[in-house]
Amino acid sequence: MKGILRLAYKLLVNDKAKFTALLLGITFAVFLMIFVTSMFSGALNHACATVINIGASLWVMDPAVETVSNSVGMPDYVLDAVRSMQGVKYAVPLYSGGALVKLSDGSYQSVTVVGLDDTSLFGRPDLIEGKIEDIYAENGFIAVRDAEFPKLQNPHVGSELELNDHRGVIVGIAKVTTSGLYGLPTLYTTYERAIQYIPNPRYTISYVLVEPKSTNDIPRIKQQVEALGYRARTKKEFMQKTADFFIYETGGGTNILIMTAISFIVGLSISGQTFYSFILENLERFGALKAIGTKSRDLVGMILFQATFTALTGYGLGVGLCALLIWLAKLRLPIYAAMITYGNLAIAFGLVVVIAAVSSYVAIRRVLRIEPFDIFRG
Amino acid sequence: MPNVAIQAIGLFKWFGEGEAKTMALREVNLEAQFGEMVYIVGPSGSGKTTLLSVLSGILRPNDGKVLVEGVDIWGLSSDRLADFRLGKIGFVFQDYHLFPRLSTAENVAIPLILKRKGWDEAIHEAEKYLDIVGLKSRAELPPVKLSGGEQQRVAIARAMSGQPDILILDEPTASLDGDTGSAILSFVHKNVLNKDRCILVVTHDERIYEFATRILKMEDGRLRGSQERAA
Repeated sequence: MKGILRLAYKLLVNDKAKFTALLLGITFAVFLMIFVTSMFSGALNHACATVINIGASLWVMDPAVETVSNSVGMPDYVLDAVRSMQGVKYAVPLYSGGALVKLSDGSYQSVTVVGLDDTSLFGRPDLIEGKIEDIYAENGFIAVRDAEFPKLQNPHVGSELELNDHRGVIVGIAKVTTSGLYGLPTLYTTYERAIQYIPNPRYTISYVLVEPKSTNDIPRIKQQVEALGYRARTKKEFMQKTADFFIYETGGGTNILIMTAISFIVGLSISGQTFYSFILENLERFGALKAIGTKSRDLVGMILFQATFTALTGYGLGVGLCALLIWLAKLRLPIYAAMITYGNLAIAFGLVVVIAAVSSYVAIRRVLRIEPFDIFRG
Repeated sequence: MPNVAIQAIGLFKWFGEGEAKTMALREVNLEAQFGEMVYIVGPSGSGKTTLLSVLSGILRPNDGKVLVEGVDIWGLSSDRLADFRLGKIGFVFQDYHLFPRLSTAENVAIPLILKRKGWDEAIHEAEKYLDIVGLKSRAELPPVKLSGGEQQRVAIARAMSGQPDILILDEPTASLDGDTGSAILSFVHKNVLNKDRCILVVTHDERIYEFATRILKMEDGRLRGSQERAA
């Protein structure tokens, strides 16, 4: 069989024009499919920035919360109640909200303010400048150096800003894993300062961050939180909840589905058509092989090998091209939200397998139908 | 090895049904021995190619039997029939049907590769057959770079590489000029035909009749006569 597959390989790659067209078709389709889905994945990842950066195992929230950036304030007793629940190691409050910053040149900039628990500073970012304890200093804020950082006019330790008529001082510069989706710079401070500086409704706790004693306690904690009238979600569940909102509630998912389907159809059309014409061009020779004594299963094996080889090579090239372009884009635009996930790769791979299967099915039908007698008749 | 290579008994073959029914073979009986080079001649549409296809296990007859070395080939399963063709029959098609994207040696090696020989061994062996047909120096070239006569010789080398007991040539001179056609058939007669091999040739080119051991004439799907020749 090895020799027969090598024969199939040579028949395929030696026809350079057709092989190039086939590869281009698959590569282009894979590139489009992965590019489109990775842009969406990148946007979803940015939408979950706070969940990722804070890193808590369990988040307690109002049942109406759809995404991490749209929190609904909870009364203080929720924090006390959660702290007293069985299986809870500790629980801390988190503030997450928006504010308007007046910069030194008099212009205004919207920012996201994250208020960390005053005692533990749970969820604090890694500092690249300054000391974390300075967050307790008067008017202390930590600025996050991400793609939005320049919007605060590139502050440094000691820079001053005005936040809702309160003086603020940058005491540290931090880095985080993921920057936000909405293009807003992020400032970290203590929970108490956050609720003091930012006008709030009656209830001020955005989330209660919970560390369970063990992962086995999570279902029990969830039950107790639910009995209280709130929801406890793991980090993964909260990210999924946020993703579901963007996929199903915003039309984003439908758009991505349509784009992916178009990419798939383009790839299938180009590759299917080219592969079919490659088979048609060689039909008489396949007939000659049949006459010589090639079994049908060997012919099927040859065609499947050709289709699989083309599909996998095109898939690799498509993934590589997509990764290269995203890398180049991120070099120029740090905010560029595209991320290739295993899920994107799996979707594209599945669709490439479908392209290869459809192309080879059509080709196999044609080749198996040819009668060697037709070769004699000319 | 029994001396009878091919025996056809009461072969009938028709195409279509009802008013569209066309009889291609009508009760054809023939016998070909090893060491013979049998020509099947006749006008276009007389059933020559159909007979060749039925005899070589490519086209199933509607009635009758084909015995090759005593084996009823149309009683074999499709896989066994494919194995039979690969092991016993060598084909030289009218249009050669060489693969233009493969080298000449790779084309000749195809039957060997189908017989599951290793690639390198098959190519090495193919080069020996190319040497026999005088084209060893062209082994690396694609067939499209060769003349018509050379391509015909490559097709013969490919047919020979499977070491078949029966060689089938369909209109071998149809695409060649007179001299080249004669040279090819002379070569086949001298170098390919032997006492353990039977060669069937379909042609209506009278210029190459001189190489035949026997000539069978076909007309309207029937064998009308046989002419022995001292080739």
